[in-house]
Amino acid sequence: MSVTHFLFWFLSIVAIFSAIMVVVSKNPVHSVLWLIMVFFTISGHYVLLNAQFLAIVNLIVYAGAIMVLFLFVIMLMNLNSDTEPQKNKWLKIAGVIGGGALLLVLVAALKNADTKNQIAQTGSGEIGLIHNLGIVLFRDYALPFEITSVLFLSALVGAIVIGKKE
Amino acid sequence: MHVTLLAIDLALVIEKLILIAVIVTVSLLVAMYETYAERKIAAFIQDRRGPNRAGPFGILQPVADGLKLFMKEEIVPNLSNKFLFILGPGLAMLTAMMTSAVIPWSSHIELFGRTIHLQIADVNIGILYIFGVVSMGVYGVMIGGWASNNKFSLLAAIRGASQIISYELAMGISLIALLMLTQSLSLKTIVQQQQDGLYYVAYQPVGFLIFLICAFAECNRTPFDLSEAESELNFGYHQEYSSMKLGFYLFAEYVNMFISSAVMATLYFGGYDIPFVNDAAFGAHYGQNMLAILQGLSLFLKVVIFIFFFMWVRWTIPRFRYDQLMRLGWKGLIPLSLLNMLITGFIVLLRQYGWHFS
Repeated sequence: MSVTHFLFWFLSIVAIFSAIMVVVSKNPVHSVLWLIMVFFTISGHYVLLNAQFLAIVNLIVYAGAIMVLFLFVIMLMNLNSDTEPQKNKWLKIAGVIGGGALLLVLVAALKNADTKNQIAQTGSGEIGLIHNLGIVLFRDYALPFEITSVLFLSALVGAIVIGKKE
Repeated sequence: MHVTLLAIDLALVIEKLILIAVIVTVSLLVAMYETYAERKIAAFIQDRRGPNRAGPFGILQPVADGLKLFMKEEIVPNLSNKFLFILGPGLAMLTAMMTSAVIPWSSHIELFGRTIHLQIADVNIGILYIFGVVSMGVYGVMIGGWASNNKFSLLAAIRGASQIISYELAMGISLIALLMLTQSLSLKTIVQQQQDGLYYVAYQPVGFLIFLICAFAECNRTPFDLSEAESELNFGYHQEYSSMKLGFYLFAEYVNMFISSAVMATLYFGGYDIPFVNDAAFGAHYGQNMLAILQGLSLFLKVVIFIFFFMWVRWTIPRFRYDQLMRLGWKGLIPLSLLNMLITGFIVLLRQYGWHFS
């Protein structure tokens, strides 16, 4: 078992454990902290695939910005296991069914995926480096990229409009 | 082949470990003497003498301070979240130290027939790495403030965090303008580019100014030290902390100041380049090791000047009110940095293609 193998299994186990802890934790703040842990392990996987840019952007955007806002809101509302209202039983059942349906869709979609012939290029793939990624994004996928940015902009404007309304 | 990433020979591991140990030690030592320098400079500006009891000129004052912090009683509040309460200052210190990994402290030295680069990791995403670690720095403040289970700590933590994430935006955009010129994210490459030409501060004066202001905000330094306020918040996010855990928070600020000075010197002031000297010719004449030492000292001098500037501002300028701070960040710096980015992009394209837009 090489170092890469070991790291892969280590990161995977930590990722899955943290992901389960996100769901299981009673305290919302702990859930957020476990979720940050998940992002770190996923970034670790990106590094193993030599996608350094993706790894660090994943950390900056998700762990550094979005999760801070999550934490922010939860702390400001001071949610914890005592004050959080107990969820309705039916709501729980609906959640289980919804999650299960998503799982079903994912399994169905990935069931026939060609996994045998796709070998991960550990440490040698070049596609995740910023230079190659930039070329792909701005030359081959320029239009989708721009449309995505317009989508983000409209979300931003929408958030401000909603926030301004008395 | 598939383990190239981690197939490292032992000598390299030892070399890097020694380098890490040296850089961490130097950062901590510098941070120690920054506390001393801060008091001396404050005293000088306010026409006092400053610390002068411990040792000659009070030179042992930081040691005495450290000893005092270590000797104090550790208090963990009863209703706090114990694990997170201890994790908070640890995170603050960790993120402060981690940034030093990608800064090129000098060129390279030749020792025992090996070429040793005085940089822990020359990753090709250097700047983004710094940016990522800086954005992690919020957690130290937030987790510490929340885990204290104290309203004032929580308010201060939220203040500090929202300040940091607001100024991160302007900082990032001002960096984009710089990256358009450098065409590289590696800090080593950026320094080498500046050795041949002008320093980037000459091309990016506005970008540098924005970066400087944001660095002040990121380090929670006056005039942006809103997360510490004796009068409104009792003390700040570290109100419940005592002993060395408090020391870690205070110390992390000084380490941050040192590192961000180093980053600014590297990005905008040529890093380890010795000003007005042709480094390559100097190296050929006096030997590479001598050159590397002088380059290290040159970077260090630049860093010291920046640190002095940090302190000078702290003891000169009064702090902002919170709404002024947010207005400056969102309505002042972000539009300015966007404009700076657009103009830079325009000029870069103009120089590449002339007036042919196609």
